[in-house]
Amino acid sequence: MGTFLASVVSVAFHGTALGMILYVISVGLSVTMGLMGFVNLAHGVFAMAGGYVLTTAISRFGVPFPLALALAFLLVAAGSVILERLLYSRLYTAGDLQQVLFTIGLIFIAVAVARFIFGTLQQPVVLPDYLKGQYAFLGRDFPTYRVFIIAFSGLLVGLLWFGVERTRWGAMVRAAVDNRAMAQSVGIDTRRLFTLTFALGSGLAGLGGGLGAEIIAIQPTYPFENLVYFLVVVAVGGLGSLRGPFVAALLIGIADTACKYWLPEFGAFPIYVATIGLLLWRPAGLFGRRA
Amino acid sequence: MSGKAIGLKAEVAHAGGYSADPRIRWVEFLPWIVAIAAFFALPEYLSLGARILIYILYALSLDLIVGYAGIVTLGHSAYFGLGAYVAGILAAKAGLHDPFAQLAAAAAAGAILGLATGVIILRTKTLTLLMLTLAITSVLLEIANKATALTGGADGLAGVIVAPVLGLFKFDIFGKTAYLYCLLVLLLGWWLVRKLIYSPFGTSLTGVRENSLRMHAIGAPVYWRLVLVYTLSATIAGVAGGLITQTNQFVGLNVLSFESAGELLVMLILGGVGRIYGAFVGPVVYLIAQDLLAKQFPEYWYFGIGTMLVLVVMFARGGILGIFDSILAKLRRTP
Amino acid sequence: MSAASKNTVLETRALCKSFGALTVAAGINFRLEPGARHALIGPNGAGKTTFVNMLTGVLAPSSGRIVLGGEDITAMGQANRVKRGLGRTFQINALFRRLAVLDNVALAVAERRGVAPRMLRAASTHADVRAESMELLATLGLAGDAGVRILDLPYGKQRLVEIAIALGLKPRVLLLDEPAAGVPSLESHRILEVLDKLPEHIAILIIEHDMDLVFRFAKRITVLVQGEVLVEGPPEEIAHDRRVHQVYLGEQRHV
Repeated sequence: MGTFLASVVSVAFHGTALGMILYVISVGLSVTMGLMGFVNLAHGVFAMAGGYVLTTAISRFGVPFPLALALAFLLVAAGSVILERLLYSRLYTAGDLQQVLFTIGLIFIAVAVARFIFGTLQQPVVLPDYLKGQYAFLGRDFPTYRVFIIAFSGLLVGLLWFGVERTRWGAMVRAAVDNRAMAQSVGIDTRRLFTLTFALGSGLAGLGGGLGAEIIAIQPTYPFENLVYFLVVVAVGGLGSLRGPFVAALLIGIADTACKYWLPEFGAFPIYVATIGLLLWRPAGLFGRRA
Repeated sequence: MSGKAIGLKAEVAHAGGYSADPRIRWVEFLPWIVAIAAFFALPEYLSLGARILIYILYALSLDLIVGYAGIVTLGHSAYFGLGAYVAGILAAKAGLHDPFAQLAAAAAAGAILGLATGVIILRTKTLTLLMLTLAITSVLLEIANKATALTGGADGLAGVIVAPVLGLFKFDIFGKTAYLYCLLVLLLGWWLVRKLIYSPFGTSLTGVRENSLRMHAIGAPVYWRLVLVYTLSATIAGVAGGLITQTNQFVGLNVLSFESAGELLVMLILGGVGRIYGAFVGPVVYLIAQDLLAKQFPEYWYFGIGTMLVLVVMFARGGILGIFDSILAKLRRTP
Repeated sequence: MSAASKNTVLETRALCKSFGALTVAAGINFRLEPGARHALIGPNGAGKTTFVNMLTGVLAPSSGRIVLGGEDITAMGQANRVKRGLGRTFQINALFRRLAVLDNVALAVAERRGVAPRMLRAASTHADVRAESMELLATLGLAGDAGVRILDLPYGKQRLVEIAIALGLKPRVLLLDEPAAGVPSLESHRILEVLDKLPEHIAILIIEHDMDLVFRFAKRITVLVQGEVLVEGPPEEIAHDRRVHQVYLGEQRHV
């Protein structure tokens, strides 16, 4: 009984860490989709890029961890602005098929580039000493880094939600997600708004990718392999919603960890089945707006 | 009004409709002539040839839903893969050796899965639909990976025995029988798809793609039409999957991979979506290019494909046939 | 109430619709007689298009009943309402833009005739569908444009195709949502001509802002304000009704 409880706590803990990472990465996708209706399947590329920035900065250039995290965010955000201005913005009025094909093209390019520069192996994650080891809490030991992931992600989430609720930028995002045409007629510069929001979402994805490099391995096939997870988080949480994907990410993180721990023969099978079932019941997601 | 088709003043990109002449034009015989010529002229390339023919059939099935019904999916490999595995398992484990029976089983499997998944996913929209198609494929991939006793897991399933076609034509190592066999199945598939596209049903699909709101407002049962075409498409994809297993006498996990679903979409967009012959041109160009280039420069291959996709979407949405059309239109305009 | 119902082809009883705290329809009682020429007017945001959306089944009412030809259709889906003779046009053109005019109309005709689900014979061999479509186009003066893509048509003709599609359904009730909207005034007389020539047995409800058109066309007018019926009656009464004047005070009366 004691060991069962111990494993439940362990699953909940590790599941929460995974869930937080999934949310930090996917929230940008949800807002982008809700804001511009753009199907950006290449979102995982930003997460992967952040992961490569972080691991390379630490391993090759000896950059301290906090700075490397900041770099992951900033470089990916900057890169995304360039991509958005040059390429993405031309396709806002294009059909779904064009957007899907374009972003798949981006994935192919990114995967090839990553393979070329970094090789096919997973990137090793070198943690700073103060984040290694175990953290004792209520008589149990938890890996310090995972505790850090949960705490830091929680902080990011809090900042994000505060920002969306209280700042002018946040108000504009909410208005534009609700009704783009109206927002434009009220004088909101939706183009600039979108570039800014896209950069923020992509930067967060990069940060999440770097932060979670230990949990979701950084390798060239990252955007393919994890695409389903990001999409599931957004679809189950509800497009354009901020809180929905949070709940969804936690549910999926914990469920995935639980399944891999207790039912390893089934792999990710139960997750997909559960997702399909849930979307049958609620096609717009748990917190989605009416379709 | 005579019985002949009304000449359209502006070119319409898609075949079909109430003004279209359904009779086979002479230029439509070209692919078959080329295919038969290749059989005699390029005997060393027949296995590549068979692969191309199979992918043309596979691309046709995808075009039905992407190009005609307007459903954007990344999970078509689920039906292809299921057909491939069903044919393989029945051949290797259940002693079903007759090729047509294997194909029939693959078709049935595709149809059943297509119907079951179609009724679910066609209730949803864009991103959710896309995600569900990926999820379904992932489920199948997991099953194929784990059920090693049946599927051979990551090693794949060998020992696929295919009896001679009609008891007479053995599958030889030169791939001659395989090539002609695939050509025959493709002919049948093409004929069915073409009939469908020119039919009132096909026209109503175009209507759904162009303006689904309007289709509802004229009393069309849009959902059930989509389920029907989705099921038909999955059936054809299943047959294509069966063919792959039969010609390789092997089936592995790659039939279900995301990359292969992405590649099919690339082939289709390369040739031109929503026009029957795009599904012919695309695989030919892609697979030949892949055969020539990918082996030499594998890292550059995906880079090239990705770049090509981006360029096509930006500048040449109609694919190769679309470019062809614009050139023809320009030629017609110059006096 | 029930005695009057015998002579109505479309009726709503206490139709209500709210989105959360926002009420867009508050107990609308409405009757349409066979062969009616009825206009629905009201300021922007009065809920006219919402009303039509509820009639056609695009939107489900929060409460109330809709009765078509004596049959309760409140819970019925769009397709079934169309089969029972309810047709509509859209305020913003909902056409098949890359298809030719003939195909646009033929799609509707084929649905009505049950030809649409057929998979074996080519569409163009269905001479009955084509003949009927061409006839319909001819009555609207569009026969010469049969092979032209919608994209290549001037906006006024596109509006006419919008009506043609609805007529292809041979409706007994036709809901026209601002048929003259966006049509330059030089061309709007065409629309009016078409409206005048519509078959007499069809009950027509027209939503319009163009008051010239409304007063020339309608025999009965309902004024909708903030989801409620303000007043209903023949045009002369409405034109002199003080409440209607108040509602429209400051609003443009002619497009």
